[in-house]
Amino acid sequence: MTGCDRIVDIDLREATVTVESGISLDRLMRTLVPLGLWPAVSPGTRYVTVGGAIGSDVHGKGHHSDGTFCSHVRSMDLYSPGLGRLTLTPDGTPEEFWATAGGMGLTGIVERATLELLRIETSSVRVDSQRTADLDSTMAVMSERDSRYRYSVAWIDCLARGASLGRSIVEFGDHASLDDLPARDRSPERSLRFGSSRQLAAPPWVPSGLLNRWSVAAFNEMWYRKAPARSSGHVVDASSFFHPLDAVDGWNRIYGRRGFLQYQFVLPYEQSDVLRAVIERLVKARAASFLAVLKRFGPSNPAPLSFPREGWTLALDLPVSFAGLDGELDELDELIAGAGGRVYLAKDSRLRPDLLEAMYPRLGEWRDVRERLDPQGLMRSDLTRRLPALARHATTHPPALTPGFPLQSEEQ
Amino acid sequence: MRDALGSVGSILVLGGASEIGVAIASVLAAPRNATVVLAGRHAGSLAAAAAELELAGAGRVETVHFDAADAASHEEVIDSAVRAAGGDLDVIVVAFGILGDQAADEAGGDGAARVATVNYVGAVSAGLAAARQLRRQGHGCIVALSSVAGERVRRANFIYGSSKAGMDGFFQGLSDSLDGSGASVLIVRPGFVRGRMTRGMRPAPLSTTPEAVAEATVRALRNAKGLVWVPQTLRVVMAVMRHLPRAVWRRVPG
Repeated sequence: MTGCDRIVDIDLREATVTVESGISLDRLMRTLVPLGLWPAVSPGTRYVTVGGAIGSDVHGKGHHSDGTFCSHVRSMDLYSPGLGRLTLTPDGTPEEFWATAGGMGLTGIVERATLELLRIETSSVRVDSQRTADLDSTMAVMSERDSRYRYSVAWIDCLARGASLGRSIVEFGDHASLDDLPARDRSPERSLRFGSSRQLAAPPWVPSGLLNRWSVAAFNEMWYRKAPARSSGHVVDASSFFHPLDAVDGWNRIYGRRGFLQYQFVLPYEQSDVLRAVIERLVKARAASFLAVLKRFGPSNPAPLSFPREGWTLALDLPVSFAGLDGELDELDELIAGAGGRVYLAKDSRLRPDLLEAMYPRLGEWRDVRERLDPQGLMRSDLTRRLPALARHATTHPPALTPGFPLQSEEQ
Repeated sequence: MRDALGSVGSILVLGGASEIGVAIASVLAAPRNATVVLAGRHAGSLAAAAAELELAGAGRVETVHFDAADAASHEEVIDSAVRAAGGDLDVIVVAFGILGDQAADEAGGDGAARVATVNYVGAVSAGLAAARQLRRQGHGCIVALSSVAGERVRRANFIYGSSKAGMDGFFQGLSDSLDGSGASVLIVRPGFVRGRMTRGMRPAPLSTTPEAVAEATVRALRNAKGLVWVPQTLRVVMAVMRHLPRAVWRRVPG
């Protein structure tokens, strides 16, 4: 789909853009930022397509104020195996629209989408940050301050133990206005400059398995100590605030040959004890992780499979080579499901299949809509093979799939 | 579908009553209550193996008829296993094989040809049918139960040993042919395994058990290895054995 990556229309007055779904947010931003426009939701990497962002209903550091990506999709064209080409809108076709939002690509192919944009004066972000000593103060600082900012996130040191458990650096940000920039940077060319973020590359000779308990602990310690206790009004460019890892090409190589996996879950606010228990277990297991990210989610949207719901979300990278990771995560899944939480399907690569329905209680409702859009279960993926409950009917009567693409013709 | 940490959703065991095959399927199936398809000749022993697997935590166990010596039927066996599993096969264990009776088979009869037909011809034909399925799926792993007996064929069991040497070589080549397809092959070379197949025989040094072979196999699968010796020390031992003078080698007892 990345071949279908045209920008079809930009409406400057309405601040919307219509694109083909294969376009990456990176390319979209390079076009929009100089015009003073910004996607209403930007996830932690720009190297995702608009179609992927819709299928996963991605979120960013602004979820508590802006919601998810699909909350800003005005309409989309879906080619569904069952009903052919449809134009979906949240008001006109709410069931189909919200089943496709966060539907992991299983309702059909999103061909085009019209996105609502944010107007920005500069391509910079004004950042306030605060260092916290433990989990309680991290959560208190976030709860207290984040409603005053568009963006917020806490970087937790997942190796700090005991009294320092959950110590973090909490960052708050807003798009900088022209007044935040030094006078010489206020011209349109300079204030909306948006360059390549790919400046560094992890060299191919980076020793595999560079990350271990000691090297990560040393890194985290240094990173924590060098942060000021509290700072405000620091102006940084948007790339380094929103997409810090995009700057290092091949950063994943430091995890060695077997790589890493991502684990992200959300727990309702009233389950903060479970959140603490999960962090304690991960720290105790010494599953060396670079910084983990903690964030408060705002209310969920109407999509049955959308991940964000009101509560705390924690995202971690874990090295696959860590022995016993499978059993540990299976147990955490159970803890999280039991507390009314869920893991993020877009990042998942190993969820216990029997817990899917407990984590996504509206799964049945979503499957009913999918059954209309794809009655034969033609849209399949590794995710549906691993989590058969997503595609009930597809596993009971597997249709013969020939190479090529046996979608029904449009007339049907 | 195999997940990021190596847990699988479906397993086919060709030679479904094989002690090692069932042991591997038990360890593989437990974490995700995987579907297991047992393919074999005797309905009775398949049913017993199925009961054992259900106890070990398999989610669903199906059986299909399979005769390693009937090469013409192998394509159809794989197809019906795919239907029985309700989708892709994540791991296909090639576990069938017969030991024969070296002395009797040397003396005459069709015993020797049968060992060669089941262990080599059967493995070639079933292995190719399995590989075609995995290539179509774009993922999956064939676990081929070879033997240390094939590494350097001995006077004491050269009929069995040569059949295993052939199948081992076949799977090495098949592994290379699957490079880039998403599918892969794991060759397992156990030493003397104390079990049903070797009942009444005197265990050789460094002997092992079906459970130990299963554990080592599953670990190798998780680590995406292409070859595993059980026990691991056999690799070094055989590296030496391979270079023994023939006059000495032919006297190594069976």
